[in-house]
Amino acid sequence: MAPDPLSRVFAALADPTRRDMVARLAAGDATVNELAAPYDVTIQAVSKHLRVLHDAGLVSRTRDAQRRPVHLEAEVLDLMTKWIERYRREAEERYRRLDDVLAAMPDDVEPVPPARSRLAQEGTS
Amino acid sequence: MMTTRTHETEITVDQDVPLVRITRDFDAPPEKVFRAHTDPDLVTQWLGPRRLEMRIDHYDCRTGGSYRYVHAADGHEFGFHGCFHEVRPAELIVQTFTFEGVPDEVALERIAFTDLGDGRTRLTSTSLVDSFAARDAFVASGMETGVREGYERLDEVLAAGAA
Repeated sequence: MAPDPLSRVFAALADPTRRDMVARLAAGDATVNELAAPYDVTIQAVSKHLRVLHDAGLVSRTRDAQRRPVHLEAEVLDLMTKWIERYRREAEERYRRLDDVLAAMPDDVEPVPPARSRLAQEGTS
Repeated sequence: MMTTRTHETEITVDQDVPLVRITRDFDAPPEKVFRAHTDPDLVTQWLGPRRLEMRIDHYDCRTGGSYRYVHAADGHEFGFHGCFHEVRPAELIVQTFTFEGVPDEVALERIAFTDLGDGRTRLTSTSLVDSFAARDAFVASGMETGVREGYERLDEVLAAGAA
């Protein structure tokens, strides 16, 4: 299966170490060695995490001679946040309609509609 | 967890488990909020997007019951159906949810009604699916064209980044 771009971003961020790396890169570019320093893992393991982040489009490597610092593609993160925000707005609109419905309902309403109650007692009427 | 909060509706997209959680408070007691979820005449007034006509095929909100409804727009129809697995008045609804355009996928939804006192209720709606790809597709299926544009823009950004 070839996951869509957004799924790759979510999958890349499913790992706590990678999330932490993204958070640190948000503060500025860093080399692989700098990124590896706080973790008790090998450079190879960090490189593997970076490859997942790179494949998801979340980070890039600049061609700065030997240092080749890792750069966070903040725009991709922004898009994901916007995507969640759109979903939130959709839910908010739905719940504002629910607000209106609730405001129009009588106060002493039964939690289950009468028709349902009759259905539950079918055979008695 | 990635949480975005503005005004009242809070969305949580879990990054370890393929679920989406929505939390929202209402100025009505749990009995009323629950009724608005179980009475088909009330459900049609808020559940579907405003620009789409919502037609209920059946809506039998009780433990062991089922539902099916259709959203219609411009001659196109989008069907949704599922089963009510557990329905406890003013407390809890556990149901499945399938978009008939993707009939093999099913979301497990848990809608909890928490009494906050003073005639207020916290609604916590959790949708769980079996893969992240399905979760993202699910979220997208409930949304408008903005999502497609979002995906397209994301594609562009990613394509540019790969170059």
